[in-house]
Amino acid sequence: MKIAVCVKQVPDTTEIRINPETGTLIRDGVPSILNPDDANALEEALRVKDNLPGSEVTVITMGPPQAKEMLQECIAMGADDAILLSDRALGGSDTWATSNALAAGIRNAGSFDLILAGRQAIDGDTAQVGPQIAEKLGLPQVTYVKEFSLEGDYVKVKRALEDGYEVLKVKLPCVLTAIKELNEPRYMSVPGILKAAKHDIKVWNAVDIGVDLTTVGLKASPTNVFKSFTPKPKGEGIAVEGDTPKEKAASLVNALKEKHLI
Amino acid sequence: MEFSYSREQQMVKQMLKKFAENEIAPIAAEIDEKAVYPYATIGKLAELGLMGMPFPPEYGGAGTDYLTYIMAIEEISKVDASHGVIIQTHNALCCWPIYTYGTEAQKRKYLPDLLSGKKLGAFGLTEPNAGTDAAGTQTKAYLDGNEWVLNGSKIFISGGGIAEVYIIMAMTDKSKGTKGISAFIVEKSDPGFSVPKHENKMGIRGSIAAELVFEDCRIPKDRLLGQEGKGFKVAMTSLDVGRLGIAAQALGIAQGAFDETVKYMKQRKQFGKTLNKFQALSFEMASMKVKIDGARYLLYDACYRRDQGLPASVPAAEAKLACSEAASYVVDKAVQFHGGYGYIKDYPVERMYRDQKITEIYEGTSEVMKMVMSGEIFK
Repeated sequence: MKIAVCVKQVPDTTEIRINPETGTLIRDGVPSILNPDDANALEEALRVKDNLPGSEVTVITMGPPQAKEMLQECIAMGADDAILLSDRALGGSDTWATSNALAAGIRNAGSFDLILAGRQAIDGDTAQVGPQIAEKLGLPQVTYVKEFSLEGDYVKVKRALEDGYEVLKVKLPCVLTAIKELNEPRYMSVPGILKAAKHDIKVWNAVDIGVDLTTVGLKASPTNVFKSFTPKPKGEGIAVEGDTPKEKAASLVNALKEKHLI
Repeated sequence: MEFSYSREQQMVKQMLKKFAENEIAPIAAEIDEKAVYPYATIGKLAELGLMGMPFPPEYGGAGTDYLTYIMAIEEISKVDASHGVIIQTHNALCCWPIYTYGTEAQKRKYLPDLLSGKKLGAFGLTEPNAGTDAAGTQTKAYLDGNEWVLNGSKIFISGGGIAEVYIIMAMTDKSKGTKGISAFIVEKSDPGFSVPKHENKMGIRGSIAAELVFEDCRIPKDRLLGQEGKGFKVAMTSLDVGRLGIAAQALGIAQGAFDETVKYMKQRKQFGKTLNKFQALSFEMASMKVKIDGARYLLYDACYRRDQGLPASVPAAEAKLACSEAASYVVDKAVQFHGGYGYIKDYPVERMYRDQKITEIYEGTSEVMKMVMSGEIFK
């Protein structure tokens, strides 16, 4: 089975600080890591490979040259191959433009039976790129996967919802996005690390992947970051007083009237 | 000369930092308190390749150089010195002598299981009346047909009772002193071998140390490791290698205690300010860092020499002395700066303080390190 895993290098938000004046992230000296949900996606791919010897796991990312380090870490965990899409023409892409590039990269890498991605990245938190890749490749998709099993040409997954889950059966090839409940990602192994340090990571530019240059990069992106800020903490709430539900309702109505909300 | 970590080394350190924080830190106080061997975490580390790191893949090792292995011991020991010494003793004092002195048959028989961590290895030289003075070894071995017969006992043996494979030093010709010592491979299941007692130690309590007893312990003739009468050489060269690991363990303890103290000083307030704002204390932290960093350079240099095939015996002694002394200095200040909190078991520096002491004693005491060094100075 051939599996592609879409991954992203992100700043380790557990170590990040925010500039209180500008509201932007202070990225200096903050280590970059494999996005946590993507680690779950990779782990699931590696488990398929453990159970189906001969399977191949390819990790793919779009990013600056230093994203190679994260790809090496994926190889050290057990991925067989790694592709970095890196080109100034791809810089500044929003989710729509990013998924154009990644879909082109995946197409260029060959055909895959299964494509996995993390639910969302901890830097942008959009959860859009995985589903968009599925749309652009014309493949069925299931998001928020918390349980996974292979059943012949199908996968059976549990899709987490806010108040429960769905059990879905999807025909391969398909795209799944993983959440942290799916599994516990493995550590890099020492032999894996030695292999990874010598592994030749493929670096492809926009021309290599044959992507339409009018659909990638900052200018092609329909969304732009207008302003980043830390939301102000909400004011203290009040508990509505009253002995009976009727009294409480009356008290609530009064409070809302005082604020001219009703 | 290069002073930067290779990509492999960066990743090994990164992986073990995460592993130690996630898997070892939560159990470190408990294995210390109860003096229990951490089977589960050692098992996981074995799967990651830690139990055979500096040995070639053809025997099941991970195939790193010695320097990278030493960095691994250091990283693990920052969080827990017991885990550090378990891995260290196994690699340096059991796997290494078999790999270095073993026949091809011995290597094929023992190394795959040892390097994969399926079996733990141990090393027995010390006896009630022989430690630094190996010529006083009283455990004896004689050949009886196709078997060696061992009689005697060993004490303070790390991994005793847990390990499946032991490198044991025994006198095959008492009249020749150290030249009458031979090394043997003893298996836990061998008849006449027993482990009657676990020691109740001050520190590194998750690493079990035990007494080993040999009563007409019969082992096949082919368990002799190296040549007859060359056991002292097997032991001394193994300890030369082992010293680097113990230095790394000491360095890890020092760095771990230092890091804990930095964290503590930034949040502990007295007289309206945090401890790091008191210059007398923060200057002392600078002095501690100099000792740690200096010791680290000596250790990495000694490992580099070993990896390059250069003489490394004296540099290893110097590195062990420097690292264990730095650790002694640092843990003492670390507890002091934690004040009363440093003396209770809620903070890891209390354990680190106890764990550190052994690094000045085992695999050659500080005095032996000075003997090695002064011998070189005045040769």
